[in-house]
Amino acid sequence: MSGFPILSVMLLVPLLGALVCFFASASAARTIALVATTVDLALGVLLWANYDIGGAQWQFTERASLFAGFQWALGIDGIALMLIMLTVFLMPICILASASIEKRVGEYMAAFLFMEVLMIGTFAAQDLFLFYIMFEAGLIPMYLIIGVWGGADRIYASYKFFLYTLLGSVLMFIAMLWMANTAGTTDIPTLMAYDFAPQAQTWLWLAFFASFAVKMPMWPVHTWLPAAHVQAPTAGSVILAGVLLKLGGYGLIRFSLPMFPEASAQFMWLVFALSMAAVVVTSLIALVQHDMKKLIAYSSVAHMAIVTVGLFSFNVQGLEGAMIVMLSHGLVAGALFLCVGIIYDRLHTREIDRYGGLSINMPRYALFFMLFTMASIGLPGTSGFVGEFLSLTGIYQVSSWVAFVCTTGIILGAAYMLYLYRRIAFGVQINADAAAMPDLSLREWLMLGPIAAAVLWMGIYPESFMAPMRNDIALLDARLERAGPAGDALVRAGRGEPPAEDAAAQEGAH
Amino acid sequence: MSSSILIIVFGPLLAAIVAGLGNRMIGNVPAKLVTTGALFASCILSWPIFLAFVAGDAVASVTPVLDWVRSGTMEFAWALRVDALTAVMLVVITTVSALVHLYSWGYMDEDPDQPRFFAYLSLFTFAMLMLVTADNLVQMFFGWEGVGLASYLLIGFWFRKPSANAAAIKAFVVNRVGDLGFMLGIFGIYLVFGTVSIPEILSSAPSLAGSTIGFLGMRVDTATVLCLLLFIGAMGKSAQLGLHTWLPDAMEGPTPVSALIHAATMVTAGVFMVCRMSPLFEMSPVAMGVVTFIGAATCLFAATVGTTQWDIKRVIAYSTCSQLGYMFFAAGVGAYNAAMFHLFTHAFFKALLFLGAGSVIHAMHHEQDMHFYGGLRKKIPITFWAMMAGTLAITGVGVVQLHIGFAGFHSKDAILEAAYAQGGEMGRAAFWIGTFSALLTSFYSWRLMFLTFWGKPRWGESEHIQHAVHDAHGHDAHDHHAPTSDGTAGYHPHESPWVMLIPLIVLSIGAVAAGYLFGPAFLQSASFWNGAVAYNEHLMHAMHEVPTLVKYAASIVMALGLLGAIYAYVLNKDVPAKVADQLGPIYRFVYRKWMFDELYHYLFVVPAFWLGRVFWNKVDIGVIDRFGPDGAAWVVVQGAAVAKKVQSGYLYSYALVMLLGLVAAISWVIFA
Amino acid sequence: MIGIEHFLIVSSCLFVLGVLGIFLNRKNVLIILMSIELILLAVNLNLVAFSAFLGDLTGQIFAMFVLTVAAAEAAIGLAILVIYFRRRGTIAVDDVNRMKG
Repeated sequence: MSGFPILSVMLLVPLLGALVCFFASASAARTIALVATTVDLALGVLLWANYDIGGAQWQFTERASLFAGFQWALGIDGIALMLIMLTVFLMPICILASASIEKRVGEYMAAFLFMEVLMIGTFAAQDLFLFYIMFEAGLIPMYLIIGVWGGADRIYASYKFFLYTLLGSVLMFIAMLWMANTAGTTDIPTLMAYDFAPQAQTWLWLAFFASFAVKMPMWPVHTWLPAAHVQAPTAGSVILAGVLLKLGGYGLIRFSLPMFPEASAQFMWLVFALSMAAVVVTSLIALVQHDMKKLIAYSSVAHMAIVTVGLFSFNVQGLEGAMIVMLSHGLVAGALFLCVGIIYDRLHTREIDRYGGLSINMPRYALFFMLFTMASIGLPGTSGFVGEFLSLTGIYQVSSWVAFVCTTGIILGAAYMLYLYRRIAFGVQINADAAAMPDLSLREWLMLGPIAAAVLWMGIYPESFMAPMRNDIALLDARLERAGPAGDALVRAGRGEPPAEDAAAQEGAH
Repeated sequence: MSSSILIIVFGPLLAAIVAGLGNRMIGNVPAKLVTTGALFASCILSWPIFLAFVAGDAVASVTPVLDWVRSGTMEFAWALRVDALTAVMLVVITTVSALVHLYSWGYMDEDPDQPRFFAYLSLFTFAMLMLVTADNLVQMFFGWEGVGLASYLLIGFWFRKPSANAAAIKAFVVNRVGDLGFMLGIFGIYLVFGTVSIPEILSSAPSLAGSTIGFLGMRVDTATVLCLLLFIGAMGKSAQLGLHTWLPDAMEGPTPVSALIHAATMVTAGVFMVCRMSPLFEMSPVAMGVVTFIGAATCLFAATVGTTQWDIKRVIAYSTCSQLGYMFFAAGVGAYNAAMFHLFTHAFFKALLFLGAGSVIHAMHHEQDMHFYGGLRKKIPITFWAMMAGTLAITGVGVVQLHIGFAGFHSKDAILEAAYAQGGEMGRAAFWIGTFSALLTSFYSWRLMFLTFWGKPRWGESEHIQHAVHDAHGHDAHDHHAPTSDGTAGYHPHESPWVMLIPLIVLSIGAVAAGYLFGPAFLQSASFWNGAVAYNEHLMHAMHEVPTLVKYAASIVMALGLLGAIYAYVLNKDVPAKVADQLGPIYRFVYRKWMFDELYHYLFVVPAFWLGRVFWNKVDIGVIDRFGPDGAAWVVVQGAAVAKKVQSGYLYSYALVMLLGLVAAISWVIFA
Repeated sequence: MIGIEHFLIVSSCLFVLGVLGIFLNRKNVLIILMSIELILLAVNLNLVAFSAFLGDLTGQIFAMFVLTVAAAEAAIGLAILVIYFRRRGTIAVDDVNRMKG
């Protein structure tokens, strides 16, 4: 494997595919896109298989100087590996989900393939500016996908999406220039070990946070998400929820935490406050939605809030939990949007009330939908639980209040998801057209089946996903150690013999 | 033992997958065969394990299955733990479940969705078995949520009914409130002990004495806060006062489900959990007091409501709620073995009562209102005798001197004696409340029997029966419109098929004999438990020293309740209505279940939706969007409107501006 | 003796006349063109005067450049005016405001 530039090839394959798609006919474009993404998935599996768990921190590195100190620097650690896997796993499914696109198919497929290039590039970039370019350029294809192939109100949605995301990026870019100037390097691994002055960290952290909080999205800069989701075509929603939202979390874990540990501790409570607000507020909002996609979009905001509290709990459980929530949410929210898309393709409405009793005429669909609903609620045995549980365990060690408020999300989550499921799949068939819809086709089976398998795999044996990340999380945890908060538990031993476990348990309490 | 426990636990899962995914492809009978077969196999394998523990020649074992999560110092794996406590639950679960599977062959015979039903039942059994075999708290939580899911699916089994859907969601969400406590409890335990493994927690529990912990800004006793959080979880699952509202509604599910999940097994998970964690609970007298108090309060509350309900299943549901209260206050006073014993006997007689009620409902064409029963003793005699056995068991009929009686006699007496013997104020209060509740238990159980099986038939007025008669007669003459004077409307209930009666008979044997046979093992044998629960030798001894009146108390109130029921429902049938009239508001308050549903509706449901709308329309759209992106857009548009005015389009004004600019630039160069 | 000052005074007068002609005139675009010619003339005068006084031919060469450019500019300007008049029927300055925002 050594010497073969697998990451560059993974970027090159969809890029070539995108170029070809531009000039191909509609049906040829579909095939090309499917082949290109499947090849990338195969390469991804190869990447995972060859990733040396417990080996060097950065693997598959590639370095080439381009101009003016600007580097083509690629390389991944376990965290990036898992997110790349998520991307290449979801892409073929997105292409399959795009069967109902009729307009400008070639350009559509090109946009998706280009999107894949940029997402993999973001996760694999090891140069600050390469990262920035990939990170920001991802906006363009998504903007086009929403703006060209979206629903009725697509222009407003795409403009809102662009406005929000661009706002944060400007600040981040300024911060990056300052960092490159001060540290004298744009190499991300070097920067991750560089200690900026605490005063500077504050400003740098805020600048980065502006960008990542929007991408995440955190309350109150989340309102672009429902609009974008509602208007985007199904596959666009899947990628948006599945991967684009993860860029924010990836940014926090790659930049904010390791590069500015003191500032992260300083702003911990800001993050907690916003996350707690997000969990409660957006869950309640999800409860009253009439539009399926909007409901799932709001639930995404609530789930991503669990990611942020996990990340900022400064301990291993929180960090690993946050990563698993990200992966899980990528799969589950993606699958839920696919489920919406499947019935949208049949009835062309997202109004919840237009459906009902679908488990009568679409029992297999109802089964999948139930599985993903339960995964979203965080039922043990599905991926949602492992992540949520670890994140909340992590945060409990910092603050029982935050843990308490965030755990109420499991009640509200159950309420809005089951309420949604009931209105769609249960009850009597009120609408004749909804009652006449056929069950899943083979193509739809191919979309949902793999995700279902992955969700269960991650829920029952998450070790496969956690093992590659373990060392990287441990390194991050060690770096954060000096800034970690004390926690509010402070167990004080009583008359009994001082328990040895107590000391070990208070990892966060330094 | 290790391979048999694997078959016991995973057999039902495989069967559920086969039946559930195979569904219409494999057809009704194979689906039913595979699930029922798996359950009987589990049942047959479970009894030897239990009997080995009773005989005292078995040791606790753990069978590892698969790694689950390793995160820093937090590790937990899939593993099956078998000790005395688990063995008790194993036989309860697999026996009742196997019988319920069999029973459902008859009960669900006409349902179009049978494979789905049996798949859910088996899935439930698997989850419940995972719960009781858990070696760590997280796997227990897996089972905990798994049974919640199965319960949700089964309550909503008839998903076309809006009421069933509402009940299913209510059950899940209310349980989740309890789960909030359970999860926080697990987090806290990990924080304090650094592990979630149950044996390790229990072995280091004694070190907690006197230690304090910060929780939600307060500084509290560590053991108390951990136990109370766990207990909130138990309250949700076991429908204790406050979080009980889902249980009566859960009766929307098919009756076999009520028997299996909402009587014998799932709802007792909370009791099981408290017993499993008993060494931890022993560390906190405050938490024990709370457990006693909540248990006793539930016991009384549910018993009062039970006396007023007319739906046969709801009466039994409230009775379940009340019996669970007994178990909790037994645990609260430290008699965990008595709690487990009552759980064990209760599983038999309550499943029996529910299945008997199902048999009645089956005979009466899904009529559940006892207004429309009466005189069924002769029509369905086997069901009647089975119900009779169940009623004798639940009311605790027995002979005190000989110490021989029906199942409930042994277990309920043990609980009351333990409560009295514990000696604390809370224990004494629990004893009196428990005794009074036993009176009510006897009253409502016999009331159910008299209304259903005695008197004259009253089903002529029932809509269900009229439908049935109408359908049966179909096209022939209109003669059935002529009102029949005997109140039957020409309908004659039939005894249920044998697949339904066999489970009734088997459970009747359990209801009659389980107490006598296994009482000594549960109550007097520390070696049986062998550390699986905190066994209080002193308390068990003190139980035998209680005053004679205490020993007789349960039997006396049982007789009083029986006499009251005979008086009100056999001799003077207009007494209940008069009493209800006279009590007026109190009766209505009790009849409407102490208004909990209304209270929660206005306290939680309505505000949640209202808040959701406010946050959406006023905050998201009204504030964030208005001042955020839309506001930014507005500023740009307004700014452009201002800037537009400068752009007059006249050449001379541009020239003037150019000139002024030139002048300014030159002056700056010259003078600055 | 006519000194450099006289030339400068005349050329400044011409320049100011040209500038005022541009933005005081509200009637005819033609007059604006003529004013521009006037400004250029003023510049030319300056260039030639300084050239003569300093004995450097560069100024006069530049004056020739300016003349050329001015001729071209006048030609293009008049052509635009002719077309504009054809399309709009007027060349009054007050009516020429298509650039208004």
